[in-house]
Amino acid sequence: MQLAVLGGFVVAGMAPLLHHWFGARTPLVMALLPAALALWLLGQWPTIAAGEVLLLEWAWVPGLEITLTFLIDGLAWLFALLITVIGALVLVYSGDYLRGHRDLPRFLVVITAFMMSMLGLVLADNLVTLFVFWELTSITSYLLIGFNHTDLSARKAALQGLIVTVGGGLALIAGFVMLAVAGDSWSLAELTTRGEALRAHALYPPLLICVLVGAFTKSAQFPFHFWLPNAMAAPTPVSAYLHSATMVKAGVYLLARLHPALGGTEVWVVTLSLVGALTMATGAFLAIRHTNIKKLLAYSTVMALGTLTMLLGIGTDGALVAFVVFLLAHSLYKGALFLVAGILDHETGTKDVTAMGGLRHTMPLTAAVALVAGLSLAGLPPLLGFLGKELMFESVLEVDAYRPLILLLAFVAAFLTLAVAAIVALRPFFGASRQTPKVPHEPPWGLLAGPALLATLSLLAGLVPGMLDDLVVATMAAIGAGEASVHLALWHGVNLPLALSLASLLLGGLVFRHWDRLRGRLARLEPIIARGPEAGYEALMRGLVRVAEWQTGMLQNGYIRNYLVMTLLVLLGLVGHALFFRHSLDFALSLDLYFHEAVAAGLMVAGAVAACVMRSRLAAVAALGIMGFSIALTFVLFSAPDLAITQLLVETLTVILLVLVLFRLPRFATLSTPQERLRDLVVATLVGGMVTLLMLSVLGGERLPRISDYMVANSQPLGHGHNIVNVILVDFRALDTLGEMFVLALAAIGVYAMLRFHAGEYDARRPAAPPERDDG
Amino acid sequence: MEPLMAVAIGILFAAAIYMMLRRSIVKLVIGLMLLSNAANLLIFSTAGMVRGAPPLVAQGLTAPEGVVADPLPQALVLTAIVIAFGVLSFAVVLVRRAWEIVRADDLDRMKDTDT
Repeated sequence: MQLAVLGGFVVAGMAPLLHHWFGARTPLVMALLPAALALWLLGQWPTIAAGEVLLLEWAWVPGLEITLTFLIDGLAWLFALLITVIGALVLVYSGDYLRGHRDLPRFLVVITAFMMSMLGLVLADNLVTLFVFWELTSITSYLLIGFNHTDLSARKAALQGLIVTVGGGLALIAGFVMLAVAGDSWSLAELTTRGEALRAHALYPPLLICVLVGAFTKSAQFPFHFWLPNAMAAPTPVSAYLHSATMVKAGVYLLARLHPALGGTEVWVVTLSLVGALTMATGAFLAIRHTNIKKLLAYSTVMALGTLTMLLGIGTDGALVAFVVFLLAHSLYKGALFLVAGILDHETGTKDVTAMGGLRHTMPLTAAVALVAGLSLAGLPPLLGFLGKELMFESVLEVDAYRPLILLLAFVAAFLTLAVAAIVALRPFFGASRQTPKVPHEPPWGLLAGPALLATLSLLAGLVPGMLDDLVVATMAAIGAGEASVHLALWHGVNLPLALSLASLLLGGLVFRHWDRLRGRLARLEPIIARGPEAGYEALMRGLVRVAEWQTGMLQNGYIRNYLVMTLLVLLGLVGHALFFRHSLDFALSLDLYFHEAVAAGLMVAGAVAACVMRSRLAAVAALGIMGFSIALTFVLFSAPDLAITQLLVETLTVILLVLVLFRLPRFATLSTPQERLRDLVVATLVGGMVTLLMLSVLGGERLPRISDYMVANSQPLGHGHNIVNVILVDFRALDTLGEMFVLALAAIGVYAMLRFHAGEYDARRPAAPPERDDG
Repeated sequence: MEPLMAVAIGILFAAAIYMMLRRSIVKLVIGLMLLSNAANLLIFSTAGMVRGAPPLVAQGLTAPEGVVADPLPQALVLTAIVIAFGVLSFAVVLVRRAWEIVRADDLDRMKDTDT
C-alpha cells in the first residue's frame, strides 16, 4: 500500500510522459491507479467489517520514531475508498472537461499528487507522516486552485487558501508535538488508546487549541470559512475533489481520528458543537446570496463541514452514526453536484444559475442526475441525505449544552440548504428556456458517468440503508464509540426530527420561491458581510506587508555601521543576559605576573589605542606595528614560538603593505559629529567590557578535559613530528590547512586582479561612462 | 597573567569596534586589523597561558615531558593569523580600488551600488 501511494507520486510526475504516449486518453489511463487502489480497499472489506485494524508497518526514520506505517480501520477505509473512487471518477471526468486544454498534463500531475497526499493523510499512523501529507495536500491544492495562473483572482484565491491552511498547519504541528509528548507516542494507534491520560494531562488545553486551529482552518470552519468559496477559481473537477471527498474533509478526518484521544471533555463538546453549528448556519446563509452555481455549492459545503464538526462535538453514539452517514451522503451528492455544475458550465458557458433555464429539454440525463443529487442535498426521502439529516436532528436533540441555540442554528441551516438544493437542482433545468453563451446539449459520457454513478449510489444507499450498517459500525469503532449495533432505516416513524424536516421543507420552499426578491434584500447586508473574517484576513496581509516594509527600511538601510551596531547590540543583549542571569559573576582571580609581561600587554594596549586616536596615517600604521610586535612578544613569553614567528612575519608584511598602499588613500577626515563619536564609544566600550567579563568568567569556570591531549600523545608516534602545532596543521587538521591555502590563493588572485587593472584602464573600457562626480 | 590579558583584549575589542564604526573607509580597515588581533589573542589566552613549556617533543621521546601549552588553540590561531593577513591585503587593495574609482572616503557615500 505504501508503495502504491509513493508510486502514485511517481505516476503523477510521469503524467506529461504518459500524455505524450496516450494523448487525450491519458486521464483514463491514470484513473486506473485510483481504481485499482479502490478495488484493493474493497478486497480488504471483510477484514475491516470484522472490526480488525490493518497495520502496514514500514520504518522510515527509526531513530526519530517516524514511520510510514499505514493504519487501516473503518474510518481510514471509508475515507480512502471515497478518495480513490471519487478520484478515479474525477480523472475520467477531467479527460472530457479539459479536453484539448494545453495544460492538461500539468493538471494531471497535480491532481494525482493531491490524491496520493490525501490518501497518505488518511492512512498514516504516525503523526509526523500525517503532517507531511497534510502539508502536501495544502501545497497541491494551492497549485490546483491557481491552475489558471494567468488569472489574478485565481492566484489570489490560491494564496489565500495556502496561507490559511498552512497557517493552521503551523498550529497543528505544535499541537502534534505536544500530543506526542503528552501521550508519549507518535503513533495514532497508540495515542487513541491513551485518551484518559491525555485528557488529564497538563498539556491538554494548549494542544487541543493547536489541533483545533489546524483542523478548523483546513476544514473551513467559522471564522476561517472564507477561503473555501474563493477556491472556486479552480477548474470544476478540482472543486469536486477538493470539496466532496477530500482536502476540506481532512480537518474533519483529523478530528474524528483524534476523537477517542481528545474528545468527550466539556471544552471539546462545547467548542466543536458551537463552532460547527455556527459554521452550518453561516455557510447556508452566505450560500443563498450567490447566483454562481459553484459558489452556492461551496458555501453549502461549508455548511456540511460545520455539520460534521458539530456531530463530532456532540459525540454521542447517535451523533457518531449521524456523522458517518452524513459524511458519506455529502461526499456522494456534493461530488455529483459539483460535476453537474461543471457540465453546466461546460455546456452553457455560464456559471450563473439565473442565466440558465429549461435545460431539462436539452440535457435530460444531466437533469435527472442533478435532481437525484439535489434531493439528497435537500435531505428529502428516499435519499441518503434524508437519513443523514434526520440523524443529525436526532443527535442535536440529545445535546446538553446550548441545546436551543444549536437546534436553531441547525434548523436555519437545514431549510436554507434545502433552498440551495432547489436553486441548484431545479433552477437551471426547469422553467422557461434561456439563451446561454453556448448552445447546450447532452455532455459526453465521460462527463456524465461520474455524477451519474455518485447519484445512483446516493439513491441506492437511501433506499436500502441497511447495507451501510456494518460500515457505520466499523467506522464508529475507529472514532471511539462503544460496541454499538446500528440498524439504519429510512423511516423512523413520526417524531420530532420528521416534524423539523417538514418545517424546513416548507420554509426552504418559501425561500426558493422568493429567492430573487430575497437576494435583493440581502444585497443590503453586503457592507456588514464585507466586514467579516475575510476583511480581517485582508487587513492582516496588508499589515504584514507594511511591517515588512517598515522593518526592511529600518534594518536594511545600507549603512554598514547601522548593521554593525544592530548586530553588536543583539550580541550584547543575548550574551550579557546569559552572563549576568545564568552565570553569577564571581571570578577566582589570581594575578601572578612578571613585570616584563605587563610591559608587553601595556605596549599592546597603547598601540591599539594610539592607532585609534592618531591623526596621521603613518603614525597609525606605526602604532599598529607596535601592537603587532607586542603580541608576538606575548606569544614568545607564553610558549607559542610558532605563533610568534608567524605574527612577526605577517606583521612585517602588513606594515609594508599598508605603507605602500595607504599613501594612495585619502587622509583621515573627521566625518562624524561628537555625538556620533560618543555613541560609538559607548557601544565599543560595552562590547569590550563584555568580552573582558566573558573571558574572566571562562577563566574562572571549570576546565573541561583538553581535546588536544590525544594530539599531544600521538604527535610523535603517529605524525612522526616533534613540533605538535605543526603536526596538527599538516596532519591532524590537514584539511583545514588545505582550505586555508585555498582562501589565501583566492585572496591573492583578487589582489592581483585589482592591482593589475588600473582605474584608467577601467575607464578606457567604458568610454560611455558618465563623467566622474565632483566629490570635492 | 590571564586577568590582565582579559582587560587588554577587552580594550582591543573596544578599539576595533570604535574604528569599524567610523565612516572613514581607511579607519574601517584599521578596525578590521585590530579585531582580528583581538580575536586571536582571545582564543590564545582563554586556553590558559603557560610559561616556558612550548608544545614540542624532545628528540628521542614519543611524548613531551610534563605539562605543555595546549597546541590546538595555537594551531587555530596560526591559521587565523594567516587568514587575517589574506583578508587584510584583499581589503586594503579593495579600498584602494574603490577610492580610485569612486573618489569617496566616506562610507555613507558608497552605499548606493550605482555610484
